[in-house]
Amino acid sequence: MKILLSWLNEYGDFGDPTDADAVQRVADALTSLGLEVDAIEAIGETVDGVVTARILRLEAHPDAAKVQRVYVDVGDGNERHVWCGASNISADDIVPLATLGTTMPNGMTIERRGILGIDSEGMLCSAQELGLGEDHSGIRVLPAGTALGLPYGDALGIDPDVLIDADVTRNRPDCWGYVGIARDLAAKMGVEFRPPTPGLKVDGEERTTPVELVDGERCSRFTSTVISGVAVGESAEWMQRRLTAAGMRPISNVVDVSNYVMLELNQPNHAYDLDTLGGGGFRVRLATDGEHLVTLDGEDRTFSTNDLLICDANDVPIGVGGIMGGLDSEISDATTTVALEMAWFELVGIGRTVTRTGLRSEASQRFERGVDPYGMPTAVARFVELLEETCPDLVVHSGAADARSEDLPEQYRPVEVRIANVNRILGTELVADDLPKLLDPIGYTVSGTGGTRTVDLPTWRLDSTAEIDVIEEVARHYGYDRLGKRVPISSDHGGLTVRQQRRRELRDVLLGLGISEAMPNPFLAPDTLEKAGLEGESITITNPLVSDESVLRTSLRPGLQQAIAFNESHRRTGARFFEIGHVYPPGAGDLPDEYEALTVVLAGSEAPEAMAVWREITAALGGGARVDQNRVPLGLHATRSATLQAGKVPLGAVGEIAPDVLAAFGVTERVAILEIDLDQFLAREPKPVQWKATSRYPSSDLDLSFRLSDDVSAEKLEKVVRQGAGKYLVDLDLFDNYRDPDLPGSRALGFRLRFQATDRSLTDADTAEIRRGIEAAATKLGAELRS
Amino acid sequence: MISDITTARDAALADIAQADSPDAVAAMTTRYAGKKGELAGLKKQLGSLESIDAKKEAGAAINAAMAAIDAALERRRTAVAADAIRIQVEAERIDLTEYLGKPKRGHAHLVTQAWERLEDVFVGLGFRVAEGPEVETDWHNFEALNMPIGHPARGEWDTLFVDHVPPEGEAGTTVLRTHTSPVQIRTMLDEEPPIRIIAPGRVFRRDTPDATHMPVFHQIEGLVIDRDISMADLAGTIDAFTKAFFGKGWNSRLRPSYFPFTEPSAEFDIQRPDGSWIELGGSGMVHPNVLRAGGVDPEEWSGFAFGFGIDRMAIMRHGVADIREMFSDDLRFVEQF
Repeated sequence: MKILLSWLNEYGDFGDPTDADAVQRVADALTSLGLEVDAIEAIGETVDGVVTARILRLEAHPDAAKVQRVYVDVGDGNERHVWCGASNISADDIVPLATLGTTMPNGMTIERRGILGIDSEGMLCSAQELGLGEDHSGIRVLPAGTALGLPYGDALGIDPDVLIDADVTRNRPDCWGYVGIARDLAAKMGVEFRPPTPGLKVDGEERTTPVELVDGERCSRFTSTVISGVAVGESAEWMQRRLTAAGMRPISNVVDVSNYVMLELNQPNHAYDLDTLGGGGFRVRLATDGEHLVTLDGEDRTFSTNDLLICDANDVPIGVGGIMGGLDSEISDATTTVALEMAWFELVGIGRTVTRTGLRSEASQRFERGVDPYGMPTAVARFVELLEETCPDLVVHSGAADARSEDLPEQYRPVEVRIANVNRILGTELVADDLPKLLDPIGYTVSGTGGTRTVDLPTWRLDSTAEIDVIEEVARHYGYDRLGKRVPISSDHGGLTVRQQRRRELRDVLLGLGISEAMPNPFLAPDTLEKAGLEGESITITNPLVSDESVLRTSLRPGLQQAIAFNESHRRTGARFFEIGHVYPPGAGDLPDEYEALTVVLAGSEAPEAMAVWREITAALGGGARVDQNRVPLGLHATRSATLQAGKVPLGAVGEIAPDVLAAFGVTERVAILEIDLDQFLAREPKPVQWKATSRYPSSDLDLSFRLSDDVSAEKLEKVVRQGAGKYLVDLDLFDNYRDPDLPGSRALGFRLRFQATDRSLTDADTAEIRRGIEAAATKLGAELRS
Repeated sequence: MISDITTARDAALADIAQADSPDAVAAMTTRYAGKKGELAGLKKQLGSLESIDAKKEAGAAINAAMAAIDAALERRRTAVAADAIRIQVEAERIDLTEYLGKPKRGHAHLVTQAWERLEDVFVGLGFRVAEGPEVETDWHNFEALNMPIGHPARGEWDTLFVDHVPPEGEAGTTVLRTHTSPVQIRTMLDEEPPIRIIAPGRVFRRDTPDATHMPVFHQIEGLVIDRDISMADLAGTIDAFTKAFFGKGWNSRLRPSYFPFTEPSAEFDIQRPDGSWIELGGSGMVHPNVLRAGGVDPEEWSGFAFGFGIDRMAIMRHGVADIREMFSDDLRFVEQF
C-alpha cells in the first residue's frame, strides 16, 4: 500500500512531509505496528527555473516545417523567443517555460543554442519533462488566468510530498484504507485521530431500487442509494492529484469520488446509471455455467456456477460481484441519476473467482481480505459529500435499499479476554486496566471489571475472532520492543539422535576419502530415469515450473551422473561426488515410500575403488553386507556390480555404472558407484566394541596362496580360510590377486595371516596344524593351496 | 721401559685421533686396548724387571697409559657416530616448499556447513533436532497449521503438488512441503510436552530460480512448548541464538507481522555491530489452533516457533552473489570452500 503522507495527515497530525525526521518517525511507527515500510519516496519536487509564461504569437519558419518560433512573455515586459516542436499551443496560452540555465530532471541544461542560426531563450515543457506524468504529446498548457513569472509548481499547487510504501499483511484488512492506517498510527503515536464524519442529508423523493439477494451466502449485504442531479465532468484538481499520486488515473468526478471513498474508507462501491439499469433494480446470484459478460476492461469473460454476478432486475448480468462492473453499465457523460451500490461479499468466494478467472481489481483485493460489513452508511455519506463539490445540485433520495442475508457477520462480537492469559502469552506484567488504554483507541472496545474483560471486536477487523487475536493487538500497541528477553530454562538436554550422529560420521568418512558433497536438483525430466537404466514408477509434480523438472527422483544417481558430465564438459575429469538426500519412490501408503539414501560416484575409478569406500564406511560405522554379484542392480555394469545384501533385504549397490548409461549421460570416464539405503544403515546403532586383551607373546605370520575358480567369490574363500584358521587368528589380509594368462577361468589369491596366542608362544607344530586345517577347508571350496 | 710405554702410548693416541669411521675405531680398539695390543705385550715383560720398585713404577705407567687409550677410544667412538648422523642428515636435505599434488580432502556442501553450524548452536541452547518427510500431506503442511482448505494465505506458498493419492484420500492432497513446519506437527503428535526442537530440512516452492531464489531450498525452524512459555522467551531465545551464531556484538529485535500458524506473529531482524539491520525470519507464539491440531492443550501449554533460511546463511557468510552457483555441483565452485 502506497500512502501519501499529506493525505494521511488529514486524519491526524502525523508529520510534515518536508521534515525528514518527522517522516522517519511515521515510517518507524508504521513498521512497529506491523506495517513494514519498504520505501519512502519523495514526490512533488519541482524543477527550479521553470516559470509560467504567456504565448504572444507563433511564427512558422519557411525552412523548418516541424518547428515554430514562439514568442513568450514571463510578465517582465521582455519578449523572449524559443523554438518549439509541439502543435497543441496557440497564442494566449499559459505554458511552463524553462529559462536559460535550468537543469531538467533528465540532466539536460537549457542553453541559448538554437537552430537555423537563430538562438533560443528557453524551452517550453511537456508534462513528462516536468515529472508531472506520462504525457509528452504536447506542451503542458496551464489554466487561463494563471499569473505570469510564477514557478509552475506554485501555479499548479504542487507541494512536496512523501509516498510511504508499506506492506499490509493479510490480517489487516482495515489498512487497505487511509482511515484504517490512520486509526492504528494515531493510537501508536499518541496523536488525535480525525476520521471523516460526513452527515447525509436525504432530501429527495423516495426512489427505491429493489434488491434481490438470490445467493445470500456469497453476498450478505447489498445497499443501493439513488442519487440524482449528477453532472459528469472532471473532479477537483486536489482529488485528481491525490488519486494520481496513489497510482490511480483520474477519469471523471463520479468515478474519482468512487475510488477516493474506496481508498479512504476501504469500501469499494459502484455507481450505475439508473436510467439504463434494466428494471431499475438488482438481482445478486451465482452465474450459470458458460454465462458471459464483457467487463469494464473490455474483456469478454465466461463464468461458472462458482462465480457471483450482479444482474439488473431483468436478470441481465451487469457486473461481477465484488470484482468488476460490466462495460455496458458504465456511467456516461449523459448520466444524471445513479444507483450507488455498496455491498459486502464473502471473502473465500471472491478469492476463488479471482484465482480461477485471473480477474482482479482494487475492489476484489479488498473484499478478498474482508471489508467492514457495517461501513456502508458512512461511505455513502462521504461519497455524497465529495461529489457535491463538483455537482452542487446533488439530491439523495429516500428509500435506499439495504438487503441483508443471515450470513452477514454479526455487528456485536464480544470475546472474553483474561489479563492473566495476556501476561502468560506475552511475558508482560500488565493489569486489566491497561486493556482499555491499549485497545479502545483502535476500536476494540473494552468493558467490564476484574481480571476478565469483555472486548467488542471492531467490524472492520473481521480477522479478529478470538482472545488470542486481541492479545496480538495488545502486543502491537504495547510495543514488541518493550517485551522482555529471557531464555527459557529446561532440565532436558539438547543433542543429535544416533542417526544424526552417524550421518555426520558418514559424511566425515567420505570427505576424508577426498569425495565432495553434491546437491543436484531432485526434480528430473520425464525421460531421465529411463536414461539411467532405472525402471519403475515415479511420482510426478502436477504443476511443475517446467516439464524438464517434473519427476521426483527415485534414485540419487541421475543427478550425480549429470554432475560428472557437467564437470567433464568443463575439463574436470576425475570428479568424486557423494550425495546424502531423500528419494521418493511411489508407495501405497498415505505418503510415497520416501527414504534417505547415499550415493557415491567416482569418475575415472573402477568398481574395486567403490568397494574400498564401502569398506572404509563399515570400518568406521560398523555394519556390513553380503556382496551378491548374482543380483546386478539396474543401470549398473553387469559383470562389475553387486547388490549389497544385509540379511534378507538389499542395503544398497556397489560397482560401476553401465557403459550404455554412461554414454546416455555423455560421460566418457568409467564411474565407480556405491549406493546405500540410509534409513536402514544409519538407524542401526552398533554395540560398543568390546575389549580384547593384547597378547604379550610373539606372533607368527603365514602367507598362503590359493588358486580359485572365477565362479567362487574371494569373499567366500576368505570366510572359509577364517573358519579354518581357528581361534589364534588375529589378522587376515588379501594382499595379492594374480591372473595368469595361461590359466584362464581362475586366479591366484594371496592371504597374509597372523596368529597369536594370549597364553603362550605358538610353536612350528601349531602353525603346521593350522595350515593343514585351512587347506582342508579351502579344498572343499575347490581352492588349491599353491604355497 | 718407561720410555717404551710412553712411546707406545703416544703412538696409539696419535693413531686413534686419526680414526674417522666406526670401523677404524673398532680396529684401533683391538690394536691398542686388546689383549694382543702393544701395551698388553709390555705388561707381560714386567716380570723381567729386577726391582720391585721398577715393577711397580712400570705397572702403574702401563695402567695409566691403558686408561688414557680407553678414554681416547671412547671419545673417538662418540665423535665418529655423531659425524655419521650429521653426514646422513646433511645428505637428506629437502625443500619443503616443493609441493607435489593438491590437498585431497573432500568438500562438504556449503548448505551442509551452514546446517551443521546452526544445529551445533541450537544443540548448545538445549534443542534436539527433528526430521520429517519432504513429500507431505496437505493436512500436515497446511490444515494443521491453521490453514484450512480454501484459506487465502495458502496462495502465498506457491505450492508444488504431486500425483500421489493416499489410499483413502483425494488427488491433489499430497504436496512437496513448503516449509519444515509439518515437522512441528509430527513432533507434537509423537511426543508429550515439554518440547524443544529445531527442524532443519529441504523445502520446495513453485518459484522461478534467480540469484536469490531456488525452487528447492533449505530452512530451519524451531519449536519450544512448555508451561508459561511467553513472547519474552521467544525474544530471548532469538537473541541468544543471534549472539551465539553471529557474534557477541550482534543484536536482535521482533517486529509485528502475520503468519497463520502463530499469534502474535513477529518478523525477527538481526543487527550488525555497525548498527545496520538484516531481516532474518519469521516467528511467533504458536497459534492455539496449531497446538490443538498437535494434540496439545493451549490452556495448559504455550509455545513459540521461529524459522529462517539456511541457504541464505551460507551465501551471506561466503559472499556468494548468486544462489544458483551453490547448487551447480561445479567443482570450480565446490573446491573453493
